[in-house]
Amino acid sequence: MGDEQGKNRQADEEEPRIGVYVCHCGVNIAGVVDVEEVAKYASKLGNVVVAKDYKYMCSDPGQKLIQEDIKENRLNRIVVAACSPRMHEHTFRKALEEAGLNAFLVEMANIREHDSWVHMNQPKEATEKAKDLVRMAVARARRLEPQHKPKVKVKRSALVLGGGVAGIQSALDLADMGFKVYLVEKTPSLGGKMAQLDKTFPTMDCSACILTPKMVDAARHENIEIITYAEVEEVEGYIGNFRVKVRKRARQVLEDKCTGCGLCAEACPVEVPNEFDHGLGVRKAIYVPFPQAVPLVYTIDDEACLGCGMCEAVCGPEAIDYEQKDEVLELEVGTIVIATGFDLFDARRKPEYGYGRYENVITGIEFERLVNASGPTGGKLLRPSDGKEPHRIGFILCVGSRDEKAGNPYCSRVCCMYSIKNARLYKEKHPEAEVFIFYMDIRAYGKGYEEFYRQAQEEYGIRFIRGRPGEVVEDPETKNLLVRVEDTLLAMPLEIELDLVVLANAIEPARDSEKVQRLFRLSRSADGFFAEAHPKLKPVDTLNDGIYLAGTCQGPKDIPDTVAQASAAAARAAIPMAKGEVETEPIVAFVRRELCIGCRICERTCDFGVITMVERKAQVNEAICRGCGACAAACPTGAMQIRHFTDEQIYAMIEAAMREEREIAVKEVEG
Amino acid sequence: MSEFEPKIIAFMCNWCSYAGGDLAGTSRLQYPPNARIIRLMCTARLDPAFVLKAFAEGADGVLVAGCHIGDCHYVSGNLKAEKRVQMLKKLLPELGIEPERLMLRWISAAEGERFASTMKEFVEIIKKLGPSPLRGAAK
Ligand code: FES
Repeated sequence: MGDEQGKNRQADEEEPRIGVYVCHCGVNIAGVVDVEEVAKYASKLGNVVVAKDYKYMCSDPGQKLIQEDIKENRLNRIVVAACSPRMHEHTFRKALEEAGLNAFLVEMANIREHDSWVHMNQPKEATEKAKDLVRMAVARARRLEPQHKPKVKVKRSALVLGGGVAGIQSALDLADMGFKVYLVEKTPSLGGKMAQLDKTFPTMDCSACILTPKMVDAARHENIEIITYAEVEEVEGYIGNFRVKVRKRARQVLEDKCTGCGLCAEACPVEVPNEFDHGLGVRKAIYVPFPQAVPLVYTIDDEACLGCGMCEAVCGPEAIDYEQKDEVLELEVGTIVIATGFDLFDARRKPEYGYGRYENVITGIEFERLVNASGPTGGKLLRPSDGKEPHRIGFILCVGSRDEKAGNPYCSRVCCMYSIKNARLYKEKHPEAEVFIFYMDIRAYGKGYEEFYRQAQEEYGIRFIRGRPGEVVEDPETKNLLVRVEDTLLAMPLEIELDLVVLANAIEPARDSEKVQRLFRLSRSADGFFAEAHPKLKPVDTLNDGIYLAGTCQGPKDIPDTVAQASAAAARAAIPMAKGEVETEPIVAFVRRELCIGCRICERTCDFGVITMVERKAQVNEAICRGCGACAAACPTGAMQIRHFTDEQIYAMIEAAMREEREIAVKEVEG
Repeated sequence: MSEFEPKIIAFMCNWCSYAGGDLAGTSRLQYPPNARIIRLMCTARLDPAFVLKAFAEGADGVLVAGCHIGDCHYVSGNLKAEKRVQMLKKLLPELGIEPERLMLRWISAAEGERFASTMKEFVEIIKKLGPSPLRGAAK
């Protein structure tokens, strides 16, 4: 392994001949930093053969400029002073490759994100800083070595985590492309939140009617294996070869025997609140969450079950198995799509609205269940307090969204529309009802949304009151509710008496997102949702190669956006699988054998079991090394190094950060 | 004009803190220009010798920033860095350097705000401490 570095001697043996390119980035950099001066300064640094400034280095002509100089001036190292390497390092690496230079012989100085944009009012200091950053980059560039990207094979199978509409769509697309898909869902059935909705805006399609055919398609697809009532416990590996441990919880009903006839549930004497109806209805201890569940297999709720044996007694196909144990499956997949969805803001956290205290204050999703024909009331919306049909209903928007105090400054993006939809639904059935919507702003940004909102105002006579209600108070006798709100358009305080109040509570990151984040090594943005690799250009990728995001786990969105994103995630996940192999990062550990004293400190420091001792010297298994550098930092002799991040490269940067090159040279002579 | 302007070296991991710095940039958050950042893939790469080298070169302060505990891209690289920084903080006074000149911060990729405020705070701390006692010696 020792001579790996020598593979490409092209740049190794020659004196470094460096080209420095300072980008204006339009006025983004040049508006603050004196780019010409920086280029002039760079031209005086050791080994620098050319130094230029140019409007947009990342543009085609910008890249050409570098490529021509590489040929003309026999450059073998490039420094680009521009934006963050996280933005364009890739671009310049490619440009080098095209010009016949190893991709790793470019170094970037971040003079935009880390300089011109953050010192906008200090042009002098920013220019000095840019010079320092360029000097550091040049110092490192001198010591850069060519690197070679190892190729790994990519398994033609994918894990899709989450069986809501996003996960189902991703799974179907991937399966249709010919890849094997494991669709893993935490609850006993596919369907997710969409299955709980009554109608969808703005088309008023019945939610279940458009979703359940997709669920059935997924179940029937020869390339999809549905694993429900299951959770991921462990994820190992990297793009191309992930190993995922999934715990399939014992439902105490044999999936291959259960016919879904439901006799067991009829016989079961235990009733508990039904999660699917948000506790508004009941289900048995042996249950399916909803009639169209996929798979249509019953599940025994361990906590509620009395073990009376009634279900077992009536089950014809003998599907009940009280002794069933959890099963741990080991899946091997090339790529992963995360589609773990969202949870709803607990409306109790806004006590001023009385949810949980006043019976007639309900949430939007509860409203959906109550008006749904297969819901607990058979589709009749009745007041929880007295079972009467409400005549005056108010919808309060932004409950826990756009609300710093509640910790959610973001907009949940669907509440305006679904509340208008619910208001219209009720008005359709009860034209005489009086319906109010309390809003801050109406966000009707989607196709057909504004029109839908207009109609609600003009044709349905729904009253929109601009203002965030200060509080809701209950009349203890009638159980009616008094909403206190300042109408900000009329600049007038109002008090409105209502029979029922419906809260549009916020979409929040799923409760288990922290666990999912850790398992899959994702990052989260400030709002708590999973972060995409780039907000504009890589909206479904994550920073962990081979893992993609679909649906509301990435941020609040409506159904069309969710489905579009799910297809996008599937398409992205398919790329490495279709190619069959990917290049991986060459940033891994290597050993300078002559310095290794066999102390084994590196072996103990490594969390990934990468290092073994061979003939009393450390040896690195490059295929599993992830390049964190812990071993190199711990090595007492400098034998252990990280490619592209060697001690010498880092020391050179420290020195260059602190002083001018002349001083370094003087010191070296004296030293 | 003659106010003391500290020279600070910062070691940051690629995945969180460096990205947090990028976000501070995209959000145009302004902070003092004293730090020079050296990007590492993970704070696990932080050889204590890098910190000593920075001080030996005359740095007035050294900032180490990585992912929050639990968020490290390599699981526990930041825990290792934390231990090394603790060790260094004990060692520095022996060399005549105040331990406050070494700061460890967890800054996520989403915390542009925290990145900028950390920069401000650290520069303030170092300004109060004055130039590093090793500054002259390095020349
Ligand atoms: S990757 Fe950020 S500390 Fe390890």
